[in-house]
This record gives sequence, C-alpha cells and structure tokens, in this order.
Amino acid sequence: MDNSLTPLVLKRLLVPTLLHLGFRKTLTMADEVVLLDFWPSPFGMRVRIALAEKGIKYEYKEEDLRNKSPLLLKMNPVHKQIPVLIHNGKPVNESLIAVQYIDEVWKDKSPILPSDPYQRALARFWADYIDKKIYVSGKKVWQTKGEEQEEAKKEFIGHLKMLEGELGDKAFFGGECFGFVDVALVPFYSWFYAYETCGSFSIEAECPKLMAWVKRCMQRDSVAKSLPDQHKVYDFVLQLKKKFGIE
Amino acid sequence: MAEEVKLFGLWGSPFSRRVEIALKIKGVKYEYIEDDLQNKSALLLKYNPVHKKVPVLLHNGKPIAESLVLLEYIDETWEGNPNLPPDPYERAQARFWAKFIDEKCLPALWKALFGEESEQEKAMEEALQNLKMLEKELKDKRLFGGGGGGGGGGGEESIGLVDIAANFIAYWVGIIQEAVGAEILNRERFPVLYKWIDELLSCSVIRENLPPRDKMLAYFISRVQAAKASK
Repeated sequence: MDNSLTPLVLKRLLVPTLLHLGFRKTLTMADEVVLLDFWPSPFGMRVRIALAEKGIKYEYKEEDLRNKSPLLLKMNPVHKQIPVLIHNGKPVNESLIAVQYIDEVWKDKSPILPSDPYQRALARFWADYIDKKIYVSGKKVWQTKGEEQEEAKKEFIGHLKMLEGELGDKAFFGGECFGFVDVALVPFYSWFYAYETCGSFSIEAECPKLMAWVKRCMQRDSVAKSLPDQHKVYDFVLQLKKKFGIE
Repeated sequence: MAEEVKLFGLWGSPFSRRVEIALKIKGVKYEYIEDDLQNKSALLLKYNPVHKKVPVLLHNGKPIAESLVLLEYIDETWEGNPNLPPDPYERAQARFWAKFIDEKCLPALWKALFGEESEQEKAMEEALQNLKMLEKELKDKRLFGGGGGGGGGGGEESIGLVDIAANFIAYWVGIIQEAVGAEILNRERFPVLYKWIDELLSCSVIRENLPPRDKMLAYFISRVQAAKASK
C-alpha cells in the first residue's frame, strides 16, 4: 500500500470501525436488569439467588402488593404478580422461567441447570413438584387450626419427605453441584420457622437430612443473602393471620 | 446402541397426545403402551411413583414424567424440527404461555364444563378471560409457533411448544361442550382462536395424533350420564 494512503485509511476507516465495535461491545455489556419483587416471597428469592449465582448487577424494586405499581401491571398484565425480571426493558414472568432465562442468557458462568437432557428433565420434574406442592401445603399449615391443621401438617411433611427421599445422600439435588431444584426449594427455608411455630412441629425432627441440605445451601453467599430472616417472615405471617382473622 | 423409546399413554388424554405429537414431529420411533386407568399397571407405578399418571416416557430404560417436561426433553434429545426457538427471551415467552394453558386455562375450562353448578359461572368467566388473553397473544400469527424455522410460516415445522400444549383447547373443548351441552368456545366469540384451531388441525401430524372424535364424544357423554346418575 502506498505510504501516503495508510494514515488516511487508518483515520477514515480502521479507527472509526474499531471505535464502533468497541462502543457496541460496551453497549451490550451495560445490561439493564430490574427485579420487581416482594421481600418474603419464596418465588422472588429464587430469582435473587439465580442473579447472585451469576454475579449479575440489578436494580431491586420492592412492590407493595396491596398497591401494585403501574410498572408491575404493565410488565405482568396476565398475572399481575411478582417476581418479574425485566431485562433491557423486556419482562420475564414466573420464577422458574426467569431462573432458566438467567441460566440461558448468562450461560458462561455458574450453570444452574445440568447439561445432560435427562438430568435437566429430572430437575424440571422436581422443580415442578415443588411448585405444585410446597407453597400450597405450607400455606394451609399456617392458615388453619385444629383437625384441618393436622391434615395440612401431614400433607406438608409428606411432601418434604418425598423431596428428602429424592435428595438421598447427595450434597445437592443435582448431585455435587448446587442447581435448579436447590434454587426452587431452599427459599421455603425462610418460612420454616413460621410453619413450625404455627403448626407446633419441628421440620428438623421430621426431615433431618433435608435440614442438613439447607445448611449446605445457606453456606453459599447467593442463598444467605437472598433469604430474609425467618423471624421477620414469622412476624409477617402473624400480620397476615391478623388481617385474615385467623387466630 | 439401539435406542429404546416407550410411551405409556392413554388414548383420550391430551397430555399423552402432546408427547406423541412431539415424538412424531421429530420422527422418533417409539413403542406405545396403553395404560388402563382403572387398574394402573405395575409398570406405571414403578416409573411414575410420584404422580402415578400418564404420560411417562421410557428412554433406554430411564423414565420421565409430566408432559411439558417431556416436550422439552424431546426437543433437547432429538435433532430437527425444534418446538422451542433458539432465543432465550422467546423461549421464556413460550414456556410462560404453556404454563398459563396448563395452570389457568385448562382448570378453568374443566370446572366450567364439569364442575359443581355453584362454581360453574365463576369458572366460565375465568375461562373466557383466559381464552381472550391467549387469543391476544396469538395476534395475527397463524400458529403460536416458535418451532422449526420460526413462527408465521405455517406448516408442521412451525408448530411450537404452545401449539402442542394448547391441544386440549383446539380439540377436546369442542367435544366436551357438545357432550355437556354448554358453549364457551365458539367462532363468534373467538374468531382469531378459531383460525388457529383450523390451522393447527390442518397439520397432519396433529390430526393423525388425536383420539377419534366419535369415540371421545361417547366417552364424555357417558361421563356426564354417570355424574347425573350419582346425584
């Protein structure tokens, strides 16, 4: 190339192109992540844990569920519920769907779902089981009393024992590594004190292996920092009971 | 190693048929085993001890249950004609609507058609609302899509997770309505949804994997009669 042409090529073509590419890279790196959440929600906690596992910076927005924000109603018009993950302005609703989304977008770090399709299917199966059984049966424990509560306790403990059986002697549900099913279940630990106190029973006594698993999970920063204090949750439950006239 | 795929299903179950559709779209050869609900087979109890329900897929001896879990498993295990798109955001949307169908649409429709009389009116309202939301999501797409080469193109390769999950709405609701003598879904109320139903049922892989209409209708009529007799 002719000497006199090189600086011109650099100035007019290469430099702007390189600057443009660099600028574009900076743009993609500045992801905007917002989480609409409610502090005692185990579903919200799942998303908090996933974001923390991946080291993603995000803005946490606390919602008052008695006075839902226009943003929440806009981002989740179908269910009007938290958690809502908003990534660069686009909403992802339903906690387990958001966790999978986070795993797929930020795929180069701390995988949450296993890579083998059969293991993934098992993980989804158990997460689905947790979704269908734990919240509803746990709620019945603190919402009822007498005979109804005894039934509710039996059902709730039954589900926990089923999960404990699935855990077996593994460190985590997926094996050696903390993963999807652990993320799905461990947030309910923040409600254990409330369930136990309202129902007069001990989860440790019923499911010691599960409690050992809880302790292992709580050693992770992502989990410890995403779960509220159990006593704070219990106070919240007492308020709810008062509000709904459940004594 | 020769691959062994077995499906425990039920001829009239939309959940079971979802899995068959997904396997057929991928061209997977499988052995179908009809389960007898009244007398759940020992095999079913062995392979799905948690829920004791069909469908259950056995792939080289390893069991998997729950139809939506199975649709994703099938997508990830066998290549070609994917039912989920590659983009994470679009996958999240597809999963959202499939879940909405299973957790909101189906229970409301079932209650509106078969529930206690006291519950039916409220369930009907909810079912109508849910169907409206689903219709809104369809917009002007021919299929919910997201499968194959992307939505909008039509044809079997564009059938997506949501289309398969909504099979109950496309086929069973019409039959049950006739058996029960109710009407929730009709062309006037839901023109966009009906266009989708026409499009979906025009796909041979869907049509060929549905239970025969007269047999299904007879089944629901007998259920209605049994329910009346027990009152």
